[in-house]
Amino acid sequence: MDFNLKIWRQKNAKAKGHFETYHISGIEEDASFLEMLDILNEQLIREGKDPVAVDRGCKSSGPVSFDHDCREGICGACSLYIDGRAHGPDDHVTTCQLFMRHFKDGATITVEPWRSAAFPVIKDLVVNRGAFDSILQAGGFISVRTGAAQDANNILISHDKAEESMDAAACVGCGACVATCKNGSAMLFVAARVSSLALLPQGKVEAKRRAKAMVAKMDELGFGNCTNTRACEMECPKGISVSHIARLNREFLKAKFSD
Amino acid sequence: MISKIPEGPLAEKWSRRKSDIHLVSPNNKRKLEIIVVGTGLGGASAAASLGELGYNVKVFCISDSPRRAHSIAAQGGINAAKNYQNDNDSVYRLFYDTIKGGDYRSREANVYRLAEVSAAIIDQCVAQGIPFAREYGGYLANRSFGGVQVSRTFYARGQTGQQLLLGAYASLNKEIAAGTVKSYPRHEMLDLVVVNGEAKGIIARNLVTGQIERFGAHAVVIATGGYGNAYFLSTNAMNSNGSAAMQCFRKGAYFANPCFAQIHPTCIPVHGEQQCKLTLMSESLRNDGRIWVPKKMEDVEKLRKHQIKASQIAEEDRDYYLERRYPAFGNLVPRDVASRAAKERCDAGFGVNETGLAVFLDFKDAIARLGHQKVAERYGNLFEMYEKITASSPWDEPMMIYPAIHYTMGGIWVDYDLQTTIPGLYAIGEANFSDHGGNRLGASALMQGLADGYFILPVTIGDYLSKKFAEPKTDTATKEFIEAEKAVQARIDRLFAINGTKTVDSFHKKLGNIMWEYVGMARNEEGLKKAIKEIKELKEDFYKEVYVPGTQFEFNQELEKALRLEDFFEIGQLMAYDALNRRESCGGHFRIESQTEEGEAKRDDSAFMYVAAWEYKGQDSEPELHKEPLKYEFIEVKTRNYKD
Repeated sequence: MDFNLKIWRQKNAKAKGHFETYHISGIEEDASFLEMLDILNEQLIREGKDPVAVDRGCKSSGPVSFDHDCREGICGACSLYIDGRAHGPDDHVTTCQLFMRHFKDGATITVEPWRSAAFPVIKDLVVNRGAFDSILQAGGFISVRTGAAQDANNILISHDKAEESMDAAACVGCGACVATCKNGSAMLFVAARVSSLALLPQGKVEAKRRAKAMVAKMDELGFGNCTNTRACEMECPKGISVSHIARLNREFLKAKFSD
Repeated sequence: MISKIPEGPLAEKWSRRKSDIHLVSPNNKRKLEIIVVGTGLGGASAAASLGELGYNVKVFCISDSPRRAHSIAAQGGINAAKNYQNDNDSVYRLFYDTIKGGDYRSREANVYRLAEVSAAIIDQCVAQGIPFAREYGGYLANRSFGGVQVSRTFYARGQTGQQLLLGAYASLNKEIAAGTVKSYPRHEMLDLVVVNGEAKGIIARNLVTGQIERFGAHAVVIATGGYGNAYFLSTNAMNSNGSAAMQCFRKGAYFANPCFAQIHPTCIPVHGEQQCKLTLMSESLRNDGRIWVPKKMEDVEKLRKHQIKASQIAEEDRDYYLERRYPAFGNLVPRDVASRAAKERCDAGFGVNETGLAVFLDFKDAIARLGHQKVAERYGNLFEMYEKITASSPWDEPMMIYPAIHYTMGGIWVDYDLQTTIPGLYAIGEANFSDHGGNRLGASALMQGLADGYFILPVTIGDYLSKKFAEPKTDTATKEFIEAEKAVQARIDRLFAINGTKTVDSFHKKLGNIMWEYVGMARNEEGLKKAIKEIKELKEDFYKEVYVPGTQFEFNQELEKALRLEDFFEIGQLMAYDALNRRESCGGHFRIESQTEEGEAKRDDSAFMYVAAWEYKGQDSEPELHKEPLKYEFIEVKTRNYKD
């Protein structure tokens, strides 16, 4: 398969970015999107060293930087806005699980980084998602010390509650929800953590403090407000439901009323 | 090299050691600094627990957040001797299964301790809010795993590693918020600093700015995982690497049993030349899936030509070869046995895809027995993942699987306290060698990472630090730090100066081919010697022809890869040296020269019942072998038998 790739290039956080277009050919249908980018990078590195290509006026700005790691959809490292959609045209996948068979041969594909005030670009397609760590540090945990726990079966949790908590806990922290939201809100990310813990008896003790602290941190870090467009749910690679946002709102209101 | 195993009965060793360990008072803990490198299950749980104790912890990871560490990708579960199923499980039985599964090449005392603390791990994780699978009565659910006959594996769908890591990461966040832990994401350790024979800090590169920075401490903990990416194609994450371990090795830490690498039987087969990463399908699938190839060659040929589908092959024409060869364990034999059996069938010509390197994993019977809903609950997300990758649905046609490199049992040599041969340097989790012998059982990696990080290291490190609290903060302006930094700078300058024409990955792929061909599932003397020679030549080419684009002082992923590949060359050679020395078949290490008439692995206990600990002797020099004899005082050493 052949493609034209229109890719966002930006030298560093301060530099002005721009699109560059590259042509790539000979891609297997079963190759993943990131494997395709690997092949492009091999090509760009070779072109940078190829005197013929340089003579032709080929100005390679070197390989394209992009975040990736596990390549099986669980680490949350990969991002990429592909043809206007977070993680590309397939549903419920991260970019590393996107395969080239989802694209038309000869297509032009536009690749951008996450665009959000809270996620500044580091280079090319790589952004800084440190704000997510900061939100979780504000309260996304249960305060239990190592060794303090009782026997695990002393805490009974209904099958359905555990499953619902797990639905929310499946969040990989990729940031697709923020990148997709027109307000750049991190509500789905915050809600997934708050809701997962609020559903469990262990998490109830700190539930109020947690909801308040995490929402306050989210606001402080420059994420926008939620206006219930549900776009985040549509683009979440793990299909996390906006019903968790409803639970976050209930937790937050309960906390406010008890102040 | 003293293993420091405590005297006394097996079940009392750990409590004896704990009562001997000197304590550090809370006001002195505040004065002590510890560096933890890596934030997987071992690193995150250790950093969090050390922070809770009051030490000053600096934690480093190469990714943008501690939560990305590759522990996150573990699917199936975590073992613990809870005996919640009343199936006669016990600490002893978990210990025994692990020793036997490891083919009698791990320490009795370490493994017993692992089994002993396993139950507390589950308690800890539940208290952290990890949503483990539950029965309808609200109690914790269990599943079975390969190599055992009880049901002791706790799980959170097919995402157990993710949930456990998010638990450890949450504890880490709690300590970062409390100020006891400082986090350095996107930082890569590039050297260990040793002062007067003791580990005192690290040199790291800030991966965003490219600056080389010095960090001092009273002790250093390595939790950087395994070195499976030496094979280029593996189930490890793309950035997983063995560099920190190699830096410690070059500074004098012994490296143990490097040839013990685990080849996982249930991975998605290689699809083509452009592939860079293999995907694992959880071993838990073998609970209900049945592995087979056709009995008749004509069916194999039709399959390869897409003239028939697997589901059209009649029951009597299927060879369920694991059930045939190993009736007692069937599809649940340990990983090394299952991998070799798949290779045997494919070598005999019965591989079911175009490349001839695939076997079927079939859920037809499980779906008929349990119904769609039950199967979906157990494996739904795995089925979905398989379909996303292959565009074929396991609900309709069996999965195709083939073995791939997955985990490394070998690692930095540590004593019972998890301290390396360099005082003040500790290694935990997959980065050390200690608990899995020649083969790791499924759902035991998570157990070991968390056992080391939550319950063992935070105690044992106190013994060393109890003698250090009067020492001031490590001064990073000393000549040792300056020299280490200069050496790192020289390494980077050398890579840019080569200015060749070939990419880093092109060399890594070649290394991977050499490793898979000669240091893979079946090894012999000739091949291993060839591997050592070919890696040396490849390394020479690398230093003549590689091209690293860009500069040091920017975000530069090619530079990162080049630095890691330099270390993979050395790891590859070290693995080959070790495999050459170990002229027996044992666990994941299969020497063609050492097999029974039926083709089963043949161990040689009289000559090789030892830990092979290698000492660095300089670039391109053969490392020196030190032997730690393994004594089995409490169990009888047997030939592993999964047949009856």
